[in-house]
Amino acid sequence: MTFLSFLISGISLGSIYAIIALGYTMVYGIAKMLNFAHGDVIMVGAYICFFATSRYEMPPIVGILLAVVVCTILGIVIEKLAYKPLRAAPILAVLITAIGVSYFLQNAALLLWSSNPKVFKPIVPTGSRITLFDGQLSISVITLVTIASCIVIMIALTTFTSKSKMGKAMRACSEDKGAAQLMGINVNATISLTFAIGSGLAAIAGVLLCSAYPTLVPTTGAMPGIKAFTAAVFGGIGSIPGALVGGILLGVIEIFAKAYITTQLSDAICFAVLIVVLLVKPAGLLGKQIREKV
Amino acid sequence: MKRSMTSRRTNLMNYATYLLVIAFFAVITVMNSSGNLSSIMKGMLVPICAYSVMAVSLNLTVGILGELSLGHAGFMSVGAFTGVTAAVALGNHVSSAPVRLLVGMVVGAIFAAIVGVLIGIPVLRLKGDYLAIVTLAFGEIIKGIFNNLYVGLDSRGFHISLLSDTTNLDPDGTLIIGGPMGLKSIPTIATFTSGIILLLITLVVVFHLVNSRTGRAVMAIRDNRIAAESIGINVTKYKLMAFTVSAALAGAAGSLFAMNYTTMVANKFDFNTSILILVFVVLGGQGNMMGSIIAASALTILPEALRSFSTYRMLVYAIVLILVMLATNNPTLKSFFSRKKKTDVPLDPDEPGDGDEGKEAV
Repeated sequence: MTFLSFLISGISLGSIYAIIALGYTMVYGIAKMLNFAHGDVIMVGAYICFFATSRYEMPPIVGILLAVVVCTILGIVIEKLAYKPLRAAPILAVLITAIGVSYFLQNAALLLWSSNPKVFKPIVPTGSRITLFDGQLSISVITLVTIASCIVIMIALTTFTSKSKMGKAMRACSEDKGAAQLMGINVNATISLTFAIGSGLAAIAGVLLCSAYPTLVPTTGAMPGIKAFTAAVFGGIGSIPGALVGGILLGVIEIFAKAYITTQLSDAICFAVLIVVLLVKPAGLLGKQIREKV
Repeated sequence: MKRSMTSRRTNLMNYATYLLVIAFFAVITVMNSSGNLSSIMKGMLVPICAYSVMAVSLNLTVGILGELSLGHAGFMSVGAFTGVTAAVALGNHVSSAPVRLLVGMVVGAIFAAIVGVLIGIPVLRLKGDYLAIVTLAFGEIIKGIFNNLYVGLDSRGFHISLLSDTTNLDPDGTLIIGGPMGLKSIPTIATFTSGIILLLITLVVVFHLVNSRTGRAVMAIRDNRIAAESIGINVTKYKLMAFTVSAALAGAAGSLFAMNYTTMVANKFDFNTSILILVFVVLGGQGNMMGSIIAASALTILPEALRSFSTYRMLVYAIVLILVMLATNNPTLKSFFSRKKKTDVPLDPDEPGDGDEGKEAV
């Protein structure tokens, strides 16, 4: 039973990674850039929700919606101001700009909201648990909410990209930008849309993350951001199902490493597994193997 | 004809770089002897040298080899921890500080090179972003290990344990690496002069490597791996060579850096440090060693120079970083500069053979 409860909390943590990884993977797929500021958008989302629910005592759902709206706008603004002028620039220049944006968000948060840790009020009351098998297995409700939201987001996003017109435009852009433009697709608007969706998802991930681990500081998003990025690579960057598989595997490995091996080296074990996977499958678990043409 | 001109130009740049470093050393020495150097600036001299060496060595990987590495601080960490251990162990036998510093840096470089080979063999098979993410993972693993490593030294020799302190030292022993506490009681024997010497040695090594047959092979791999392979260049060998040299230099720099402080924790060499060094390289220009040194020095001093902004200084730093990237990649400015120096070979290791050269020629 302890195994099962570890597995469930692993899947729950992995769901959060998966939602964050989606933002990385979609932006990478379409703009071919590593958006290092993504982790800090998570943090902003969590702060917005914190102030809405704790300071102004709004209901949790309003807090989440507000966080999603603010982060979506933030994502679009960042894209317009910092990344759009660099469309034609080398990848590394865009990467450094993303790091600059990440520093900016962290330090702006530090100035606005101070470095004192805030205690996040979970969106589901703490202590509400479901017990199964005559009390042998006890799962907190937030764990289930996290897993459920991840599933809903995945289904919605897969439907969106495969069925809707805008989703198809996104796939076309990630396949070949030049050709997409010739077919009459507005590439710039599509990239903006991708950033908007990714940032909105980041807000949801931030709220879920802080509901599970309720300490909120300006650097809250950094480590989950890096881990979700590795999760995206793990599953094959650019692939939406890959983000889900990579995220959940990473979460499960992390919880198992903490439970059965050692807490101190759990991060190192996660990264070691990542290296081994990439050596066996160099494009990630579900990534496309691109053959080089000469 | 064209090649001889480019090579003369490169040589001139190399001499200018040496000259810059020596001039910097002379200016600082004069300022120091006339008492014009603030204590904050004095404390930053060794970090400036260490970060410059880090930037030049990473530039070898990013600019010359053309592979993005996000874990360069990991090698710095290996160098710092092994180098300081060697210097402390030597403390009982050798009293001369420069000798201990030298041994510390050499040991740091050797261990970092060994780790570089171990990491490089599997990692260099990967490409692009996957290589980047593996180097990132490697940096985090190194950090995790050093955060849980205990190394003690007593009359019976070294005692090493992982996760918890089971070194059981004799009363006369010292705990050199104390897990999360990191390096304790480091001999602060690093000096500005030794830093400048290390920087000059680094430049000699890197310039000679770049201007040799090996360097040309490495750059051929960067520009087009398949073409290089087809003319008989051993891709793995040359990639590994450049990567290992880069790691060894980073190890020496880490050793120097650590011996400027009394204590040092493994968390100092985290992802943010790797990124910081990458920022030096990109701002200074990929493949441009002088640029790396200037960027490393300027960005090490900048947060201190921005002290007048007090709490806003890191925010200003971030804005400066973004604005510099936007300005240096502005198409209007770029075309203006490219008209001035048409002979320059476009350095764009990210997209080899992606038709970028063609675009610039239009």
